[in-house]
Amino acid sequence: MKPPVFEYVRPASLAEALDALASSEDAKVLAGGQSLIPMMNMRLARPGLLVDINHIPELTEIHDNGDTLHLGALVRHYQLETDARIKAAFPLIPEAERLIGHPAIRTRGTIGGSLSHADPAAELPVLAMLGEWNMTVHSRDGGARTIPAEEFFMSYLMTTMGPDELLTRITVPKQLAGASHIREFAVRSGDFALAIAAAMVSLNGDGSIATVRFALGGVGDVPWRNRELESSFVGTMGSDALWRDIGRQAALAIDPVDDMHASAAHRRQLAETLLTESLHRAAEMARERSGR
Amino acid sequence: MPNITLTVNGTQHRLEVDPRWLLADVLREQLNLTGTHLGCEQGVCGACTILLNGRPARSCLTLAVTADGSDIITVEGLAHNGQLHPVQEAFWQEHALQCGFCTPGFLITSVHFLSENPNPTREEIREALSGNLCRCTGYQHIVNAVERASETMRKGATHAVPQD
Repeated sequence: MKPPVFEYVRPASLAEALDALASSEDAKVLAGGQSLIPMMNMRLARPGLLVDINHIPELTEIHDNGDTLHLGALVRHYQLETDARIKAAFPLIPEAERLIGHPAIRTRGTIGGSLSHADPAAELPVLAMLGEWNMTVHSRDGGARTIPAEEFFMSYLMTTMGPDELLTRITVPKQLAGASHIREFAVRSGDFALAIAAAMVSLNGDGSIATVRFALGGVGDVPWRNRELESSFVGTMGSDALWRDIGRQAALAIDPVDDMHASAAHRRQLAETLLTESLHRAAEMARERSGR
Repeated sequence: MPNITLTVNGTQHRLEVDPRWLLADVLREQLNLTGTHLGCEQGVCGACTILLNGRPARSCLTLAVTADGSDIITVEGLAHNGQLHPVQEAFWQEHALQCGFCTPGFLITSVHFLSENPNPTREEIREALSGNLCRCTGYQHIVNAVERASETMRKGATHAVPQD
């Protein structure tokens, strides 16, 4: 199998890349290529112009900004898995990375590619929602703008980025309090998950909930999160019964569909179980960390 | 057609490639390194795995043109001076292959894995090899081979990652 014929440009700077993207109606960005190239090999994607951003140095930067970490769009999965700065800022990133594909895929795949591809069963979009990451996108004619995660994912494999826009930087607020955990169920190691649950919990001195966040993947057309539901649990005492209750309420709030991989009912049940377990583990770690 | 430079198994090549050519095809068709096999051509089977700048990568999911300037090791680069790499030797000793189609990808993946984790558990070996599919062996002998290679390599039997 070969990809269909395409024009190829390899810009050396962001400005050149944005020019190239603006020059064609039919341009596609090539980052790690771990989703795009199989789609092209199978002729599911036929871009007229491929803009290879792999040689733009500024997109590879990792920068500690105090309260936030700036990750260039070209930071690769294996770096997310191993970089100490990333682990310190948002420990859920390396934890999730071990669930993503296989080592050979993680060598090439990028954070920007994963978020822009917007597969609702992928891990990083779930973390983006949970961690309230901000996506900075650039275009030749529109300059720069920042899109919060909750406005970034539009539907299956679709984001709110325009065709001439390039995701350049991801701003990750550092996780300062509490602890977090991610769980998923996949039929085989490295497969896309049938369901993903990520949770972040911080507790008050008396064991009641100070903050709780939870997000689900694989259960809809975009990663799922409901802040109103989250805030209804603040102040409640953390307990196994509570984690089960949250799992149940979240499972009722989602609207998964049947597909060839799993029924909606199976996905709903997985979401409930995975979220309950995630919350339980995150709370346990939060307690250990605060020495209670 | 763009010109690219690839260093493959220590030899530098200046090549003219069509942008749509996959790295696997360039290795096989232009450099005649047919040890790199193409199974699924969608990143699932792992047969085409090569070392790209020291890390395992799917050569079927990498355009040759984007690998310009890279350092590549294929299965042909594992043996040195007629001596099999300890991982190859262990695959032979443990009967870790039948038809052999998937073997190049398993070898490359294992060589890199053992360089990062020289003393793995069987479970870690299985996880590390989960991106490589074998339809013959049932994996048992492959896991045995990687375990055996880790033992011989810990005893100091030559380099973990080939150097040129």
